[in-house]
Amino acid sequence: MNSAHDLGGQMGFGPVVPEKDEPIFHADWEKKVLAINVAAGAMGAWTIDGIRHARESLPPAQYLSSSYYQIWLAALDKVLVEQGFLSKEELASGVAESTRREPKRVLKGEEVPTVLRRGFPYEREAPAPARFKVGDKVRTIVMHPQHHTRLPRYARGKQGVIELVTGCHVFPDTGAHGAPEQAQWLYTVVFTGSELWGRDADPTSTVSIEAWESYLEPA
Amino acid sequence: MSGHDHHHHHDHEHDNHFTPIEARVKALESLMVEKGYVDPSALDAIIDTYETRVGPRNGARVVAKAWSDPAYADRLKADGTAAVAELGYGGRGGEHIVACFNTPEEHNLIVCTLCSCYPWPVLGLPPVWYKSPPYRAKAVIDPRGTLSDFGVTLPEGQRIRVWDSTAETRFIVIPMRPEGTEGWSEDELASIVNRDSMIGVGLPSPGDKP
Repeated sequence: MNSAHDLGGQMGFGPVVPEKDEPIFHADWEKKVLAINVAAGAMGAWTIDGIRHARESLPPAQYLSSSYYQIWLAALDKVLVEQGFLSKEELASGVAESTRREPKRVLKGEEVPTVLRRGFPYEREAPAPARFKVGDKVRTIVMHPQHHTRLPRYARGKQGVIELVTGCHVFPDTGAHGAPEQAQWLYTVVFTGSELWGRDADPTSTVSIEAWESYLEPA
Repeated sequence: MSGHDHHHHHDHEHDNHFTPIEARVKALESLMVEKGYVDPSALDAIIDTYETRVGPRNGARVVAKAWSDPAYADRLKADGTAAVAELGYGGRGGEHIVACFNTPEEHNLIVCTLCSCYPWPVLGLPPVWYKSPPYRAKAVIDPRGTLSDFGVTLPEGQRIRVWDSTAETRFIVIPMRPEGTEGWSEDELASIVNRDSMIGVGLPSPGDKP
């Protein structure tokens, strides 16, 4: 969806301001949001793209005025209610009262090192050979879906070159919305600055995105 | 802050010493634990992992090895995930890793314009600026201006390649080994490789050696 999260090329935010000697966390509640986010994700009730969609669906003004841990917290509240794990009333009161939904699994403390080290690989067996090869010229499709997508606006309808065939990866656009998992070939596609930004481009720059096969047409 | 907010905040602190967001996170945590959705010891273990075990020192070891061992650098170029795993790193937030080698002709810069994708196993958790709108907006359209926000000016003629992390592939920049580090051990080399240089918004310098 075309929401506030799709930031590439937007203007008016001012310079990047790095914080000197930035701590890993700025408050204890941030640690808890990180940990609950990881542990709740391990229940297996939503995909990485499902929770991304929840973040992207926050009202733009809220999205842009929240810190990233605040965005995570708001999205977590949202999916936990949507999926029936918690009720809005419970979140407001902090008192458990609704029926418990049985999660597929609960991450135990002793499993954490192994689960984090293993991660959640996204590569899958390919259902068909890759349509494109390294060096092929491609054009990204133009679309403005209401649903989740990982094709950023600035890179839609642009001609680029396949630089790397990454593998066959879980497709986010459908997986975000509870559909059975699909996998598609994933490519690194490089665009010239001029193709993306026209006469305002830095002509000495190139930008690549990771594009699933259905985002691409031969050019 | 308005007078009302201030009053409210003051009351809140007086009552339970929590700010509104602290109270909200406490409520969520206690609900999740009480309903048996999360194990409190798992929360502690996750926090401990990213506070003490997984951070940019991991990435620095990868870079230092690539600088010291050409065969390792070749393996890292060919399969980042496998080469990083040789040093024991990988997993959540970095299941698929590509190493982007800087050259005299081309400098690499990593961004995630759509969210906050970042190579956790080698760099740890991202800094606030990496997740914030100014960087995510500017890196793709004005990479040189972005670098100048960090005080970095590239040599004339060196191109910039920006990698937008739109999938589950994660990128780590392998900076060029600076002059003046001849004969250094891997530990000495790792000591000058900081987080920013592995995102592409900094350059390592022999003067950074502790």
